[in-house]
Amino acid sequence: MKGELQSGRIRFGGGILLLLLGTCIVTLPWTLGSSSNFYYDRQHTDSPLLAPRMDTVWMWFGTSKLGQSLMGQCLLGGVISLTIGLAAAAISVVLGVSVGILAGYRGGWLDSLLMRIVDVLYALPYILLVILFKIALESPLGKILRSSAAANLVVLFLSIGLVSWLTMARVIRGQVLSLRTLPFIEAARAAGVPQHRIFLRHLLPNLIGPITVYATLTVPQAILQESLLSFLGIGIQKPLPTWGSLASDGLGLALAPVASCWWLLVFPCTLLGVTLLALNFVGDGLRDAFDPKAEASHI
Amino acid sequence: MTRFIAWRILQLPLILAVVYLITFALVWLAPGSPYGNNDRALSEAAKNDLKVRFHAESWEKFLTYYPWQIVAHGDFGPSLSYEGWSVNDVLRSSLPVSISLGLLSILIALVFGCAAGVTAALHRGGILDFLSLAAALIGISLPPFVVAGMLIVIFSDGLHWLPSGGWGEFRHMILPGVALALMPMAYIARLTRVSMLDTLGHDFVRTARAKGLPKRTVVWKHAFRTAFLPVFTYLGPATAYAMTGSFVVETVFNIPGLGQHFVNGVKNRDQTLILGTVLVYAAFLLVLNLFVDIGYALIDPRIEINARPE
Repeated sequence: MKGELQSGRIRFGGGILLLLLGTCIVTLPWTLGSSSNFYYDRQHTDSPLLAPRMDTVWMWFGTSKLGQSLMGQCLLGGVISLTIGLAAAAISVVLGVSVGILAGYRGGWLDSLLMRIVDVLYALPYILLVILFKIALESPLGKILRSSAAANLVVLFLSIGLVSWLTMARVIRGQVLSLRTLPFIEAARAAGVPQHRIFLRHLLPNLIGPITVYATLTVPQAILQESLLSFLGIGIQKPLPTWGSLASDGLGLALAPVASCWWLLVFPCTLLGVTLLALNFVGDGLRDAFDPKAEASHI
Repeated sequence: MTRFIAWRILQLPLILAVVYLITFALVWLAPGSPYGNNDRALSEAAKNDLKVRFHAESWEKFLTYYPWQIVAHGDFGPSLSYEGWSVNDVLRSSLPVSISLGLLSILIALVFGCAAGVTAALHRGGILDFLSLAAALIGISLPPFVVAGMLIVIFSDGLHWLPSGGWGEFRHMILPGVALALMPMAYIARLTRVSMLDTLGHDFVRTARAKGLPKRTVVWKHAFRTAFLPVFTYLGPATAYAMTGSFVVETVFNIPGLGQHFVNGVKNRDQTLILGTVLVYAAFLLVLNLFVDIGYALIDPRIEINARPE
């Protein structure tokens, strides 16, 4: 019963994710090709704010205020949103796992130091930290990369990633603390296995469960954070779209009591919501599947 | 216990000092300046005058003046972008707003989150489990501004039950409170569910049922009390989130809270205002976490607290 529910959840969520991501990636040549009607920045000046129409494909989702195809924007926005989520998850895996293993395995002053750093960063509300990172890093990076759009994207990845490794570090440290005392690690140490080998061959395989779970749950959080930044006007630079920025742009026009442009909100939000829901489904399913304690009877 | 509390309280100012320095470094390195940003371009001389007046010619000057003022007089200095306002004025007017909104939303999240979590656990694998989890997940699957916007459209524009913005009366607090509560509510529901499932499998629950206690008593008096612990740990961060994560909700509902001032501060590079708000936020978070740790030890006697952290 339990196993069925979980693998069902994982498969259901994973299937939706693959389908969405696949569609967004396959259509990249059109959304990035400047001659196509789907090109994210192609402004059809004669047709701004048109409601969805079924007869022409690029108008299935309607058009934006500047006459861009909302479908094209949503497709490209999906790629960018999901990349932001994956980048944040990757950063949080690399940073969080190394900090967690180091702190948990070495202990002593290193553990105290690393955990105090995590505490300090936890003490700053994270959305605030993202904002501060972003404004501090953006212009130096722009000079290095010589392109403000590229710098904007990289800083967005980095700043969201840099705040999302804290939970991972804490969880991994806790796991390592209990793993460290187990006989097989002790045996490895007694046999003279070098430390990096203990980390990679003995500790890491036992941490795959929590790593997968928390990485999966980082992705939706990062995507949501980007939408908040876009809403506050410090997210992705226009005209590049993300689902979050499309939704926040469309909010005002869609909620207008007269002549509501509902499609500006409905399409990006549905895509965003379905994706986050699927990601959370997969993450929760994985967590339950990896958690040996979650064995309970009906009362 | 006393040693633990003393140790943690001793740590507070240290962590706050580090938070101050990190924030200062980030704000100082950020491009742009708080002086004469938008319409009026100031001459270099006028800018320098302002910098001297605000003790901000160089980072050494700033760091030798403001931290001392905060420690000695509790004075965060003048706001660099709101003319004629001190940061203390801003905090005094906006902090009560953010705190009352945050507390209301935590209350909403706690009541509904726990109810949903317990329901889901009792009907594990059934339709109610799926529904309550899905409902909880929707809370964390839509950006808060969208949820807030939809609440306004339904309850304010459509049904005319509640005002869409403003501040002052209780009815102004309901919609923003709900919008803010969704995220912590989702987490609380999921935490409660998992922890209830864990508790329901224990022997004492079976014993209580076996000796003939009604199901409701066993669920709420025996199981839920134990299962509430992880939720209680989450309350610290959740309350902090509700008080600090309100930037967006405050903007949508046009509420004069702390979050709005912080965002304005960031946009105007208002260094003193940013530092002031960050310090207040961080202090809140740290104190709340301390309370949670102490309360945790008081609720569950099995938990031993070491004098030194871990």
